[in-house]
Amino acid sequence: MSEATPLLQVKKLVKKYNNKTILNGIDLTVDKGKVIVILGPSGCGKSTLLRCLNGLEDIQDGSILFAGQELIDPKVSWQKIRQQIGMVFQSYDLFPNMTVLENVLLGPIKVQKRDRAEALAQARELLQRVDLADRENDYPRQLSGGQKQRIAIVRALCMNPEIMLFDEVTASLDPEMVREVLNVILQLASQGMTMVIVTHEMNFARSVADEIIFLDNGNICEAGHPEDFFNNPQTDRAKQFLNILQF
Amino acid sequence: MNLDWSYMIDQIPLYKKALILTIKLAFWGILLSTIIGLICSIIQYSKVKVLRNIVQGYIELSRNTPLLIQLFFLYYGLPKMGITIEAELCAIIGLAFLGGSYMTEALRAGIEAVPVTQIETAKAIGLSNSQLIRYILLPQAVTSSVPALGANCIFLLKETSIFSGIAILELTNTTKDLIGMFYKTNESLLMLVIGYLIILLPMSLLLSWLERRVRHAEFGY
Repeated sequence: MSEATPLLQVKKLVKKYNNKTILNGIDLTVDKGKVIVILGPSGCGKSTLLRCLNGLEDIQDGSILFAGQELIDPKVSWQKIRQQIGMVFQSYDLFPNMTVLENVLLGPIKVQKRDRAEALAQARELLQRVDLADRENDYPRQLSGGQKQRIAIVRALCMNPEIMLFDEVTASLDPEMVREVLNVILQLASQGMTMVIVTHEMNFARSVADEIIFLDNGNICEAGHPEDFFNNPQTDRAKQFLNILQF
Repeated sequence: MNLDWSYMIDQIPLYKKALILTIKLAFWGILLSTIIGLICSIIQYSKVKVLRNIVQGYIELSRNTPLLIQLFFLYYGLPKMGITIEAELCAIIGLAFLGGSYMTEALRAGIEAVPVTQIETAKAIGLSNSQLIRYILLPQAVTSSVPALGANCIFLLKETSIFSGIAILELTNTTKDLIGMFYKTNESLLMLVIGYLIILLPMSLLLSWLERRVRHAEFGY
């Protein structure tokens, strides 16, 4: 991959559910090492966009290029691509029938067929980084929401993905837990991880993002540097959206 | 009511034999039912339409015909087409044919109870379909199906009484024979009830214990 090729490129992506257009021709470029934050009101298609990037939704038109490779192609195996695209969901979804360690190691060992000792070492190091090294033998039910979400992030990271997608990962957490999860993401950003983040945490978005994408009604209304977006939004829709936050 | 206790004691060996036969047939029938159920419920989860239709047809046929008629077909019908199966094997096949559909439905309900987000997460990690079924779907589905599967086991065990229709000397048939020979109706029926209780009470207790164990291990409540 040459330096010029973006890691992820979305062109004219259209997503419809039964003739209802959810995403209406989205263009998006994610360069390696960049953090893109997608903002917008509920129902604007943020999560759907993220899910399209991971093949969890089929799209009706447009293309998605990952490291220059076209993904919208019947010959492409999403199962392979997904190993390079880590995704974390709002509902954490740790597997309840497995311990923390089993959750984290499932992908590396069963999917990537990596050496157990090597994967274990990496898993432990990652758990250490999110301050959960002592919980490796616990079951998900024994953990708090914030802990579960941090484990879910570790689980995705342990696959050594090229890019991480975060879908409203703090939406069901209380403020303290939000903090602990966001810290982990900030840490990742500082290490140069490429990320696409959907969130409602405006302050977090402002500090972590290299670029803000503001989505409304299936269209990109505004895109730009976070300082520009928050201080000087160009469109009325974005102004209205940001005004609601002031109270 | 006067019961002829010495008669009852005399019949213990016969009942013991019948009891063992009942357990044996039920064991194989239930085991095969469960295997059929596992296979069919996975097929129903899959997207292969032809196979799904076959399974659906089997379920409708199996659930909407009485076991006695299924057994008659196996025991009296098949020999007319040149296929002779001995009575005990007929019984096991019949029970598995009936039970398979009930087990399929119980497991299907369990599979449907697995949250979509669990499946999406598993896909996002890159699990293949077979890995997804093996590590995520089935363990969770079986757990929530345990009560229904247990109820099916008890149901199938009681269905063994239908085997009396094809001359198998299990508990019910033994009792019918003895009543015909000695007219000791009350005694025989009491022994019959005790016979079934000896199997079913421990089984019920075992199943509810298992239910609690599995739920706790899986979901922590």
